[in-house]
Amino acid sequence: MPQGRPQGVQLTILLIAILALALIGLYFGRRRALGTAGTNLSKLHSMPSYHGWYVALWCGIPSGIVLVVWLVIQGPVLEALLLSYLGPQVAGQSDAMIGLLLNDVRNLASGDVVSRDVDPALQAAADRYASMKSTAGAAVLAIGLALGGAGFGWAWRRISPGLRARNKVERVVNIVLILSSCVAIVTTIGIVLSVLFESIRFFSIIPFWDFLFGLKWSPQTAIRADQVGSTGAFGAIPLFTGTLMITLIAMLVALPVGLFAAIYMAEFASPRFRNVVKPILEILAGVPTVVYGFFAALVVAPTIRGIGESIGLDVASESALAAGIVMGIMIIPFISSLSDDAIVAVPNALREGSLAMGATRSETVVKVILPAALHGIVAACLLAVSRAIGETMIVVMAAGLAANLTANPLDAVTTVTVQIVTLLVGDQEFDSAKTLAAFALGLMLFVVTLALNVFALHIARKYREQYD
Amino acid sequence: MTDIAQPGAQPGAPAGAWQDADWTERRLRRRYRAERRFKIYGLVAVCIALAFLAILIGSVVATGYPAFVRTSVALEVNFDPKVLGLGEAPTADELHGAEYPTLLRETIFATFPEVTTRKERRKLLKLVSKDARFELRELVLADPSIIGTTRRVWLTASSDVDMLIKGNANRDAPEDERRLDDRQIAWIDSLGASGFVETGFNGAFFTNADSREPEIAGIGGAIMGSFYMLLVTLVLTFPIGVTAAIYLEEFAPKNRITDMIEVNINNLAAVPSIVFGLLGLAVFINLFHLPRSAPIVGGLTLTLMTLPTIIIAARSALKAVPPSIREGAYGVGASPIQVVFHHVLPLAMPGILTGTIIGMARALGETAPLLMIGMVAFIVDIPGGPFDPATALPVQIFLWADSPERGFVEKVSAAILVLLAFLIAMNAVAIYLRRKFEVRF
Repeated sequence: MPQGRPQGVQLTILLIAILALALIGLYFGRRRALGTAGTNLSKLHSMPSYHGWYVALWCGIPSGIVLVVWLVIQGPVLEALLLSYLGPQVAGQSDAMIGLLLNDVRNLASGDVVSRDVDPALQAAADRYASMKSTAGAAVLAIGLALGGAGFGWAWRRISPGLRARNKVERVVNIVLILSSCVAIVTTIGIVLSVLFESIRFFSIIPFWDFLFGLKWSPQTAIRADQVGSTGAFGAIPLFTGTLMITLIAMLVALPVGLFAAIYMAEFASPRFRNVVKPILEILAGVPTVVYGFFAALVVAPTIRGIGESIGLDVASESALAAGIVMGIMIIPFISSLSDDAIVAVPNALREGSLAMGATRSETVVKVILPAALHGIVAACLLAVSRAIGETMIVVMAAGLAANLTANPLDAVTTVTVQIVTLLVGDQEFDSAKTLAAFALGLMLFVVTLALNVFALHIARKYREQYD
Repeated sequence: MTDIAQPGAQPGAPAGAWQDADWTERRLRRRYRAERRFKIYGLVAVCIALAFLAILIGSVVATGYPAFVRTSVALEVNFDPKVLGLGEAPTADELHGAEYPTLLRETIFATFPEVTTRKERRKLLKLVSKDARFELRELVLADPSIIGTTRRVWLTASSDVDMLIKGNANRDAPEDERRLDDRQIAWIDSLGASGFVETGFNGAFFTNADSREPEIAGIGGAIMGSFYMLLVTLVLTFPIGVTAAIYLEEFAPKNRITDMIEVNINNLAAVPSIVFGLLGLAVFINLFHLPRSAPIVGGLTLTLMTLPTIIIAARSALKAVPPSIREGAYGVGASPIQVVFHHVLPLAMPGILTGTIIGMARALGETAPLLMIGMVAFIVDIPGGPFDPATALPVQIFLWADSPERGFVEKVSAAILVLLAFLIAMNAVAIYLRRKFEVRF
């Protein structure tokens, strides 16, 4: 380890040095501001601490940028240097072979296990790589420190009572604020790009329509050319139907229970009952999905199988029914709390008007409140469906792996998320159609859940205005 | 009169029906019955939901609590230097590499001298854990002076014995369906009769890392992995989330771009977590070449996942601070940044912290994205930092739930109990913070 990460150590030193320099700048900037102002503090345009921050930012930002830039470009730069060093040895080899060689050199340089015998040439390359790495690290350390020092000096000399330190510091703060609110955008773009690129690569191997409308899913591709019976089929229809079936079962459980629970809590229950039961129901929402998965696989599935056998039905041990029921339980609090919000948001005037006409409470609920809250309830259902489609752990643990095209809830079916997990867990080469298929499925999942969410928010927003 | 009684006939009630007291009476009674029925449906729905929760928790507790206890077997161990293959004044290295497996074997054989055949003796060895030799080694390393003496040593029993003692294995089942045969049960019972079998609190469950042997597998490694991951997540999400919320709530001009950011954040909060796993795999592992299975990657992925939640929570906390506070601060000459950082933010902090803790609790329970970035590896070492390979508590639950051995079932449930305890504790802290520090305007 110690010889393996000289560069990591240098970068850590740089990071600590930058922070220390900034702290020193904070202190001395403040002192200098106080010093230049003398006894009359009101001569200062900005408060002394802003002068401190001014110096600290001048210390930290330039050297911080150097650090970040180096972290981003070091991989490609070192690789290019290494390739130019290896030059003649790798001429004429395929990209994959070169990649493997580079990987071995890197691993050898950091003292890890290597996939081939270590010959002197490889050892030399590794030594070369290690020395380049540490030289580059030292250079970055020196440059970073120099810039930090220079920034300190520059800012220190500029401090005077008239310096508009506050405005300058606040401009930086403003930029930081804007940058962090862009992280969300960057994340979305990252999701779209990463999933999209791999999907496009996948669709260049498997035609899009074959994927979308194919009836057979068996992603086992041949590892060797002479293997029999494993050509790989990527028709996603069985996955879609499996997902839909489990979602449907989940909604059949969650919708009546969740909706009636919400109605009862909002319209009938006494405040005391509400205060006790509502937090308890919220526990259901806080239980991690892996716990539901365990519950489905080890409690519900065997129970359903036992019941099925006792009445002479043939139930698969990983039946869609078990996964669906447990997923329904998971979604109950989701539907009930969103519907509860929608019901409570119905103005009291409507409720009282209906009661004053002589309607019973249940008639009020059915004929007045539910129609008025319908947009919220529909939105809650759509969000719940999107949740169920994207839910992973329950189905990974309790649903099957075989892609059966069936409408029997007692059979095992598989879902999109199960397949993503199965295709990507474990070590796999990244270029096969098999792993790329997971990204194509991820793209489908992302698009469908996004559409459902946008639609749900649209419904909720469009009809809410009427009562405000 | 006859057709009035049919449901749905009210609108077309015959003339004069309203004056018919009997008809009105019946109709009213029917309406009240419907009212009661409706109310009962609601109550039943609530009860079903509560029953689901009770069954869920009940089944986990019922299977999980035995894992907090483990069975030990006492053996009279003669730390004979000859058996250990040690000479005079052994060095630390020699002590470390001494013949502990032989010592364990010899000790067990000496305890049951009547057992002589090879096959029987092999059965005998199945009574104590395979890791008991390491326990012997720890004893010797801690105090080399015990070499040459004979001591009574408590060793971890094997998982099969553990199950038997706890009553999870059925003694009356036919012999070939049991993990332990009649002889082995007889040995255990004879040891037990002389007080050489004991059950006690299983502290190792909290400190050990994962293992192939259920009796010594623990959640220590997984807890540390989850800890480093949450640390990374917290260090990144809190500042980024709070500053993003401040910008969007306090400074952002109302235009297309900020509108887009808002819609974006709301939609991101509803993206399935597994998609974030795909993002983490594609970006952090394949693009940036960060190590697989490392908490740093898990933390980064969870950061992206929890960020929208925290931004939304922080925004609503900022929104709850009344405009009068801001106007007061402007009135005494504060700049916009000063208004926010000196006045609004401190008042919104309890709400922000509550939201952050709830977001962290959610991140702690998240499993799916971690499967994508390779945190499902079997790791027997406790991670020492965010770059070491590790697993996380929920992933450990997933891994154990997949294990076929009976001994792991109670481990899964116990790990779930620990996870739930952490979640409940975090939520309790959040509620406490909200109650204690929330300012009502």
